[in-house]
Amino acid sequence: MGRLRIYARQPSRTTSRALVPHDRMPLVAHRNARHSYSSNPYGRIRQSGRCRVIANQAYRLPEVGAIDRSRSLTFMFDGRAYGGFAGDTLTSALIANGVRLIGRSFKYHRPRGIFTSGPEEPNALVELGAGARREPNTKATTIELFDGLVAASQNRWPSLRIDLGAINSLLAPFIGAGFYYKTLMWPASFWETIYEPLIRRSAGLGRAAEGPDPDNYEKAHAFCDLLVIGSGPAGLMSALIGARAGARVILCEEDFAIGGRLLAEKHEIDGQEGRVWAAQTEARLTELQNVRIFRRTSVFGVYDGGTYGALERVTDHLRESTPHQARQRLWKIVARHVVLATGAVERHIVFGGNDKPGVMLASAARTYVNRFAALPGRHIAIFTCCDDGWKTAADFATAGATVVAVIDVRREISRAFARVAERIGARLVTGGRVVGTRGGRSLRSIDVIGADGQAVRFEVDCLGVSGGWNPTIDLTCHHGSKPRWSDDQHAYIADKLPPGLSIAGAAAGALSLPAALLSGAKVGHEAIHTLGFIARFPDLPRTDEDPARLNPFWHVRGSRGKAFVDLQNDVTVTDIEIAFREGFRSVEHLKRYTTLGMGTDQGKAGNVSGYAIMADLTGSSITVTGTTIYRPPHVPIAISAFAGHHRGKNFRPTRLTPSHRWAAEHGAIFVETGPWLRAQYFPKFGETDWLTTISREVTAVRTAVGVCDVSTLGKIEIQGTDAGTFLDRIYINTFSTLLPGKTRYGVMLREDGLVMDDGTTARLAADRYVMSTTTANAGLIMQHLEFCHQVLWPTLDVQLASISETWAQFSVAGPCSRATLAKLVDPPFNIANERFPHLSVASLTVCGGVPARLFRLSFSGELAYELAVPANYGDGVIRVIMSAGAEFGIEPYGTEALGVMRIEKGHVAGNEITGQMTARDLGLGRLMSTKKDFIGRRMAERIAFHDPNRPCVVGFRPTNRSARLQAGAHFVPCGAAPTAANDEGFMSSVAFSPSLGHWIGRGFLQRGPERIGGRVRAYDPVRATDVEVEICNPVFIDPEGGRLRA
Amino acid sequence: MFGRKYSALSVAWHATTGNRYLTPVWRDPEPRDRYDVVVIGGGGHGLATAYYLAKEHGAKSVAVLERAWIGFGNAGRNTTIIRSNYLLPGNLPFYEWSMKLWESLEGELNYNAMVSQRGVLNLYHSDPQRDAFARRGNAMRLHGVDAELLDRNQLQKFAPFLNFDDARFPIQGGLLQRRGGTARHDAVVWGYARAADGSGVDIIQRCEVTGIRTEAGRVVGVETSRGFIRAPKVGIAVAGNSSRLAAMVGLRLPIETHVIQGFVTEPVKPLIPGVITFGAGHFYISQSDKGGLVFGGDLDGYNSYASRGNLPTAEDVCEGGIAILPLIGRIRVLRIWGGMMDMTMDGSPIIDRAPIKGLYLNAGWCYGGFKATPASGWCFAHLIARDELHPVAAHYRLDRFATGHLIDENGRGAQPNLH
Ligand SMILES: Cc1cc2nc3c(=O)[nH]c(=O)nc-3n(C[C@H](O)[C@H](O)[C@H](O)COP(=O)(O)OP(=O)(O)OC[C@H]3O[C@@H](n4cnc5c(N)ncnc54)[C@H](O)[C@@H]3O)c2cc1C
Repeated sequence: MGRLRIYARQPSRTTSRALVPHDRMPLVAHRNARHSYSSNPYGRIRQSGRCRVIANQAYRLPEVGAIDRSRSLTFMFDGRAYGGFAGDTLTSALIANGVRLIGRSFKYHRPRGIFTSGPEEPNALVELGAGARREPNTKATTIELFDGLVAASQNRWPSLRIDLGAINSLLAPFIGAGFYYKTLMWPASFWETIYEPLIRRSAGLGRAAEGPDPDNYEKAHAFCDLLVIGSGPAGLMSALIGARAGARVILCEEDFAIGGRLLAEKHEIDGQEGRVWAAQTEARLTELQNVRIFRRTSVFGVYDGGTYGALERVTDHLRESTPHQARQRLWKIVARHVVLATGAVERHIVFGGNDKPGVMLASAARTYVNRFAALPGRHIAIFTCCDDGWKTAADFATAGATVVAVIDVRREISRAFARVAERIGARLVTGGRVVGTRGGRSLRSIDVIGADGQAVRFEVDCLGVSGGWNPTIDLTCHHGSKPRWSDDQHAYIADKLPPGLSIAGAAAGALSLPAALLSGAKVGHEAIHTLGFIARFPDLPRTDEDPARLNPFWHVRGSRGKAFVDLQNDVTVTDIEIAFREGFRSVEHLKRYTTLGMGTDQGKAGNVSGYAIMADLTGSSITVTGTTIYRPPHVPIAISAFAGHHRGKNFRPTRLTPSHRWAAEHGAIFVETGPWLRAQYFPKFGETDWLTTISREVTAVRTAVGVCDVSTLGKIEIQGTDAGTFLDRIYINTFSTLLPGKTRYGVMLREDGLVMDDGTTARLAADRYVMSTTTANAGLIMQHLEFCHQVLWPTLDVQLASISETWAQFSVAGPCSRATLAKLVDPPFNIANERFPHLSVASLTVCGGVPARLFRLSFSGELAYELAVPANYGDGVIRVIMSAGAEFGIEPYGTEALGVMRIEKGHVAGNEITGQMTARDLGLGRLMSTKKDFIGRRMAERIAFHDPNRPCVVGFRPTNRSARLQAGAHFVPCGAAPTAANDEGFMSSVAFSPSLGHWIGRGFLQRGPERIGGRVRAYDPVRATDVEVEICNPVFIDPEGGRLRA
Repeated sequence: MFGRKYSALSVAWHATTGNRYLTPVWRDPEPRDRYDVVVIGGGGHGLATAYYLAKEHGAKSVAVLERAWIGFGNAGRNTTIIRSNYLLPGNLPFYEWSMKLWESLEGELNYNAMVSQRGVLNLYHSDPQRDAFARRGNAMRLHGVDAELLDRNQLQKFAPFLNFDDARFPIQGGLLQRRGGTARHDAVVWGYARAADGSGVDIIQRCEVTGIRTEAGRVVGVETSRGFIRAPKVGIAVAGNSSRLAAMVGLRLPIETHVIQGFVTEPVKPLIPGVITFGAGHFYISQSDKGGLVFGGDLDGYNSYASRGNLPTAEDVCEGGIAILPLIGRIRVLRIWGGMMDMTMDGSPIIDRAPIKGLYLNAGWCYGGFKATPASGWCFAHLIARDELHPVAAHYRLDRFATGHLIDENGRGAQPNLH
């Protein structure tokens, strides 16, 4: 057969997705397909629109199906172009094109084809898209075909057809379940260098995207009375009842079409095709205002409080999303009641060679025929243990394929089936078993043994396997309950349901169509009644009989070749036997030892069979064996979808200070401090390093005046007649005695007696305080105060309000700060030292009427003020301050200079309040009042807190003044070995002091205060420094405090 | 033919004999009436304890009682990180001893637990954070533990795939412990079980302890779902269930049980070499040998014995992931699960005598007890056998909350959900 060429529509805008065949086109299954009839009328598709498509689609059936033949699509698989139709999935289109070989298995790299038609697919995994949009491990069965789709096979090298990894198959006897636990240990160093890298490289299936995910993701919330999950016959009935009763209904369907199994079966409902009934029902629902239908939406998790997680694939089926459109939307649906109508997944029968491309679930095979008009094979056999397999035989015959044989493991089958076999000309083998398969990259024949022990070989290119149905009940287990085996239904069924959830249709074991419709109606009706709606029990639609008898059959003993239980992870019956022999018999051990069910199909395809085989081996019933725990998500969900908008710079909100714009205009370098972006320093033209800039800023403050935005500090307004009492209990020192118009530095402890925060609190009036906290703890302290007030002392007359964002606050510091501010304050306010001394506070107006608060506080140690104005005046006021200070040489300064000056002045800073320090460690022990009770007082009495050996704060300077200090260095006695036993503390902050001309530091040293004048080593091996330092008073500048009172 | 010893040869032999001669990795014995020591909890810690009791202390009659299946608790749910990059002197010697035991575990147990020292990296984003990591790294070095402080350039070479371009909290460098890494959690459980069993320990599964019987202030045995079992010494190693077990003897522990969620994605080809921790975003990640990204983050925040979490935390964790690793966005999460965390008031464990004679406590491992498994077993066995604290675990005393000798690595105080 000749090579195909497709001339794809060249998109007008992009070239990156143009369909140009690769230079090196890997061979695809066509060459290999043994039954390719080019006489098929659909072998050629007429030109449609602008698109000149010549596709053979040799396995496309005429007329039938739910595909839109007026819209032909082209797509690429492994570098080769193919045609399909709207309404196809990637697999149905590949089947229509006769492509059999889709991927390679995880461990043995066996050739694999298409096994299912849904999210339970273990084999047909592809890399979808390319570059930064590449999505590995995508189940081709769930990919809705679109024009220009590009997919590639994965986990093979050098090509899909010729994969060297297949050599693993030869090693199989040695690398069965658990082999790596027993080997690869010698010599130990080889693990990281040789064995593990080899394992890692050969594992892993597909390749991740090449760059950051370029798409958008959204989050949304929805609320409803009734959430119906699944739009098969049962789900539609429930939705219909809820909708008609006036309930707010949400119907979620993960497929792109509504109807569930109705789309795939040849049922009749009320005299018309099931598919048509589904479409009409959908239309009826759509008309109602109280109904929302979410297609392409998988409900993936059941959480507390009636919350359901759902993922809507908004644009995955489009060639391109518009720039701001979300690719996927994560819904949190809060529902009063839920009807779970998620149907069932057919299970397979395990036999040797059951993984050959061409072996597939019988229900999937007929889905391809009935829904997609794609013929998985021309010569098909059915291997079944239940009535259901017969439907596939009948539907294939109707579609014009040859049904070579039906192998039913049951010795006795109904006469009706025997007649079917006769009618369609299929060999009927009752009591039969498939014991082997032949074919390389696709199925060629099967070996069957009949009840009489006679072996027959059938030449087939497709084998439909039907082992009964597993209800899809994972979601019922998300609250921790496990399903229970039902001997009536021969399946695991839901046991304890999450509150507010009921279950209908095939998911509840109602496998036949009439039963499913009835179940949907009943469960929906009950649900709607519990919700308080009034609904009439509906007339049930008329349907045909739908036999669903089953004789569970799991595994053909003694079949030839590897018999796969979990196709994706290559777990064979032999592996389960190994697990059994070695004692890994509980399902949890079985799973972990063999990796059964740990693939991307989440065990949907093979788990139950694995449990049954283990039950068989242990001789216990499958009831006792049980299942592993089902966990969310019910289908795999992209990490991006969980993250939504919170990525890149939007990972967390960014808070900007009121003077941000002004600072940016003045060339500030900003730094992230918690949520804030603060000006770190303001380099001037010609300044080449930060040290120069910062030293200039410090010098400006120490000699003239500087201004710094300190709005990020937490500010909490505390009002009420008991405000003073409240603060006395919060702080270790006393605030009720503070005079109105004054501020005081305070320290607070946690309940456990360790320092929580520090800051100044001002008393504005008898019943009114304003507290400042550190920037980092602003939220925490507000929370703490609220807790104390609401829980501990609710009777106190106190009101709290966070005003951190209400006020912009500027520190104006330096000898000329008073002169600068004097130009701003409105008369009659008098800023003179006598009228407004150190630690004063006042409410006033500035700049001709702007309300303000002025604090005389100093962090730098200089004469300094903090001026607070309403936040929206912040930008204006900093500009006024700058121009007022211009004549004195004012300079703005950032967080770095702020830090340098507080170290010079010996103040505690945030990074020293580590939550591990006592007040005494921080040199603040003397503030602890002995006259009153306060939070943390009792716990601070614990013996360890008074250990005289606890490291306490002291200052340090390098003995060799030109040496640099590093925060994080540990102190070791001079001349002693740097060992843990000699570890005496650590350096907490360092700075180059422009005022002193050398590096200075603060740190915690055992018996530090007693050792002032001595020396110690600051040992910092991670940065390879080791500096001898002198222990000194931590206040380096103006220890008497003359300057700030000036 | 090859006895119980695993070797390349024995594997080959079993392969050629169709695995017919394989035997259970550990026996499934009926419980006896009495043992010298009963260890409650068949997690990593319980099994390791039993193993070292037999191996190091010659204990002859030891049983591990597990209510479900060994490894069914946190031992089989954790994200498998092993490291000894601690800050405080109460922790460092213990975790470093554990690391040393990890390094020789395969030889010790004749079982490949896939201890893989691919490195553990903690990211920093600011100067103060860098200095805090320097402090920690220096503490490690003083204790003889390996530590490197990487600056941005070094980090870019080490982990070029991190978000160096537009991270909300710019990545400036990291603290790297190259000897840190991961181990295969189930294999640790099975390896200890096999070795303990081989040393005569009875591992009894589906045996729930329902009561602890005491007489005159001493332990005499345990009530179980399979009957009363007499034992003069009983060790509790039940992680998230510690407070429940302690309550059986009227003991209230300084422990709250919280839920933490773990995540694994579909397998992909190798992407992330070692373990990366993004503390500022409450996120950490590694990639398993199978190819799945294994990650996690914060506790859900509320007390729970439910072993499952909720959506907000899952979202939060994934946000942290995308923030530093934007290229993992399209990789799909395959499974999210929860485990019960025994959170203490200072975030550090307890290995000590209970106030009842003959009763010993091994608890409070929070979300970090996997890496402790070998040393925890070692020290707990020492405590049970000799009735004295092991020197490297000497700080893990129960009375430290009363005396204030807290071991609070991150200074969060007595608020367990913040540790
Ligand atoms: C999601 C997650 C991620 C984690 N990540 C890490 C990590 O990366 N690194 C790390 O070091 N640690 C991590 N941990 C923590 C670690 O798993 C635990 O601290 C550790 O496993 C606890 O010790 P264990 O193995 O003995 O506990 P478990 O395995 O929980 O053992 C306790 C056992 O006691 C049994 N038991 C309970 N009650 C009874 C009873 N009444 N009778 C009999 N038996 C009983 C339980 O069934 C259980 O098997 C993580 C935990 C979780 C959940």
